Amino acid sequence: MIGELNSHAPGGPIEDRWTQHKFDMKLVAPNNRRKFDVIIVGSGLAGASAAATLGEQGYNVKVFTYHDSPRRAHSIAAQGGINAAKNYKSDGDSVFRLFYDTVKGGDFRSRESNVYRLAEESVNIIDQSVAQGVPFAREYGGLLDNRSFGGAQVSRTFYARGQTGQQLLLGAYQQMMHQVALGTVKLYTRTEMLDLVVKDGVACGIVVRDMVTGQVTSHSSHAVLLGTGGYGNVFYLSTNAKYSNATAAWRAHRRGALFANPCYTQIHPTCIPASDEFQSKLTLMSESLRNDGRIWVPVDPDDQRSPDKIPESERDYFLERKYPSFGNLVPRDVASRNAKTAVDQGKGVGPLKNGVYLDFAAAIARVGEDTIRERYGNLFDMYERITDENPYKVPMRIYPAVHYTMGGLWVDYNLMSNVPGLFVLGEANFSDHGANRLGASALMQGLADGYFVISYTLANYLAGLLGTPPVPTDDPAFAQAETAVGDTVARLLSINGTRSVDHFHRELGKIMWEHCGMARNQAGLEKALAEIPALREEFWKDVRVLGGSSLNQSLEKATRVADFFELGELMVRDALHREESCGGHFREESQTDEGEALRDDDRFAYVGAWEWMGKGSEPTLHQEALEFDYVKLTQRSYK
Amino acid sequence: MTVTDPAASGTSPAPASGSTEAHPTMDITLHVWRQAPGTEGKMVTYVEEAKDISPDMSFLEMLDIVNERLIAKGEEPIAFEHDCREGICGSCGMMINGQAHGPERGTATCQLHMRKFRDGDEIFVEPWRARAFPVLRDLVVDRQALDTIVAAGGYITAPTGSAPDGNLIPVPKEVSDAAMDAAACIGCGACVAACPNSAAQLFTSAKLEHLNLLPQGQAERYKRTQAMVDTMEQFFGSCTMHGECQEACPKEISIDFIAYMNRDYVKAQFKNRKLAGQQ
Repeated sequence: MIGELNSHAPGGPIEDRWTQHKFDMKLVAPNNRRKFDVIIVGSGLAGASAAATLGEQGYNVKVFTYHDSPRRAHSIAAQGGINAAKNYKSDGDSVFRLFYDTVKGGDFRSRESNVYRLAEESVNIIDQSVAQGVPFAREYGGLLDNRSFGGAQVSRTFYARGQTGQQLLLGAYQQMMHQVALGTVKLYTRTEMLDLVVKDGVACGIVVRDMVTGQVTSHSSHAVLLGTGGYGNVFYLSTNAKYSNATAAWRAHRRGALFANPCYTQIHPTCIPASDEFQSKLTLMSESLRNDGRIWVPVDPDDQRSPDKIPESERDYFLERKYPSFGNLVPRDVASRNAKTAVDQGKGVGPLKNGVYLDFAAAIARVGEDTIRERYGNLFDMYERITDENPYKVPMRIYPAVHYTMGGLWVDYNLMSNVPGLFVLGEANFSDHGANRLGASALMQGLADGYFVISYTLANYLAGLLGTPPVPTDDPAFAQAETAVGDTVARLLSINGTRSVDHFHRELGKIMWEHCGMARNQAGLEKALAEIPALREEFWKDVRVLGGSSLNQSLEKATRVADFFELGELMVRDALHREESCGGHFREESQTDEGEALRDDDRFAYVGAWEWMGKGSEPTLHQEALEFDYVKLTQRSYK
Repeated sequence: MTVTDPAASGTSPAPASGSTEAHPTMDITLHVWRQAPGTEGKMVTYVEEAKDISPDMSFLEMLDIVNERLIAKGEEPIAFEHDCREGICGSCGMMINGQAHGPERGTATCQLHMRKFRDGDEIFVEPWRARAFPVLRDLVVDRQALDTIVAAGGYITAPTGSAPDGNLIPVPKEVSDAAMDAAACIGCGACVAACPNSAAQLFTSAKLEHLNLLPQGQAERYKRTQAMVDTMEQFFGSCTMHGECQEACPKEISIDFIAYMNRDYVKAQFKNRKLAGQQ
């Protein structure tokens, strides 16, 4: 049914593609925009920035969020910063270099045209955010300050203390709330999308559940935009917020949207190690800490001394040793794998020997405690609150944790999925980060998509629909979807088994982390592929969801975990088929003699996009070949 | 598949694993406000469900455990808001022993850890108390009024695409730092809950002065001030300078911002009557 995947990426010189494409696309005149209804699901950076922009341009926008306020979306938790090729530091940065670093950092599994556009728009994001009042860090002269992040040799990261995501999200949220006040954007809070409605192959609306009353209703529109974030919570323990889920994207997948590269999971190197069985989530310490922190473990695995008693000669600064040119600022996948190696060798530190040191003693000696406090004060405070240890005095302990998902719904250059009318923005799509995302690039992508890409590409789509009313919500397609949603809710409430939703979620997470985590191999993946459906079956027989349909947090969790089971299985399947190591996906069978990841470009230089073939049927793999005209395919080296 | 989760093992909870020796677990008595929609709420006491709590748990992880035990007994779990559990999303918040977000200064509920309590403690947990925040269920309240204040004027009008280069607007570091101090607000509503008058002055002034302090925010400064303050007064009580808000704020936002807001509001009474050119 689905033919060859066409990325619709324009040709020609890469630096002209987006400009030319913007000129070639159709427009919707200002007086016609109010004739178009647009649904946006999610109010994070991608959703809020798209809503603000489309509202300003005059479209009728509806925004749906399961939070009580749009400002709570998980973009808010991003700490370190946002990249932009401003070259304010005059240290050799350029749009081309940001593009180059991102393609290379993504281990050559992203689409060149998309990445170049991202790098081009990065500079506009900074301007837009400054105009909104985002309080970026400043030099004393009043100009914008920068810092550096992993995978780059230039200083191009803009930041607002350790709360950059918060400040950028509040900027987009405020701009959107202005539109809410003006009436161009209608906001639905505590409302969860539970299905996508597709009629004649075209996305025409969504079915939602009011989480307070339990009422299920339909909303129709000319286009549906998903800005619903990533799916790291499949692993149960991750740095994602507890509510973050894949349900909107997964329901779209089940309605025909292809899911691309689901196995590409980013394991972030600097998180606080788990302390006990009851841990509900893992907390990230910004990657920016690697600017000043030095990562090490004791040379002797049995060294019981406190870190300050271990002399320099008996410490192994393994990143500085193995990667002298990037040192502690190697990309995230490299840093994570090396931490895992150290811990696997028994050199882990802390009571459970499950971490490595991130030491600020040298930086404090160099620039003073006050400067370090200025740079990372809130992160240090957070660390102390959680661990009861003072990182100004003793080194932090860190360990990698699931953080970001590069995979997502497949989209073309116009951010449209293979289902016409369904657009996917930000982390929810797969397009810009390949197999590994560089630090400070997630905020950049969410905002580029929402502020500067979607308004053009959506207009191009809508222009062809002028004069066509949206499918009415009394159409049988909506009724069917509403019934299906109602049935699922009723079924979950009626099982009345013996085990809680969290129990099943935690078990699923263990399978995923063990077999589809930082390193994967065929035997483990095949094991997971047997275990997940078995556990899923138990879930549907034995889960206990108490209460009714009005404000029921167990019920909300249950619908999400049900989808995680299906998505988890697809991730494992994707990981199994990709018999190469690339970025966040490390296949043990595919490594160099030195233990570094070994890509197989002859066989796997493509996007793997999966089609849902129905419950119980194996999904079908579609491929989009990746071509590299500007960044030569090389094995990554950060030495 | 065997049940490995000690929390789900029913009425006789297993001891916390691993850290039992280094950190003895604690037994607490928990009194929690339970309220179903459309009914009057009441405090319910949990003793068995709140035993063997590890001091390394966060307060919300303790509630997770209590909930798992309630589910195992066939009782509905306690509804409470939470999301990021990193103290930044502002979702969580409850009165803990009468204090918004509990006893630790500058800390949201999700970042509060059980090591701040002692074995045998009685802990009272209630939802935010304010007329503007109606209870939806148990500890979950409706805080939409805060978003309404932002919609009234908490923005700088800067349509997408119209911005000049970021460095064309120099912002002195001190000014940017002060704006950031205000912008750190997470919108949790603790300031309102802690205030004897249920006033939202600290929230509103933080949102307002973040923008009013910056050069980019000057064009709409007085219009914004009047709109946000007037909207705030439709929902919330008046400020009588108790200062409880500042004590409760998980981001330690200073009540100095309330003084700035009051200054701007007085000025706005004059400025908004004049032609724009005379401002």
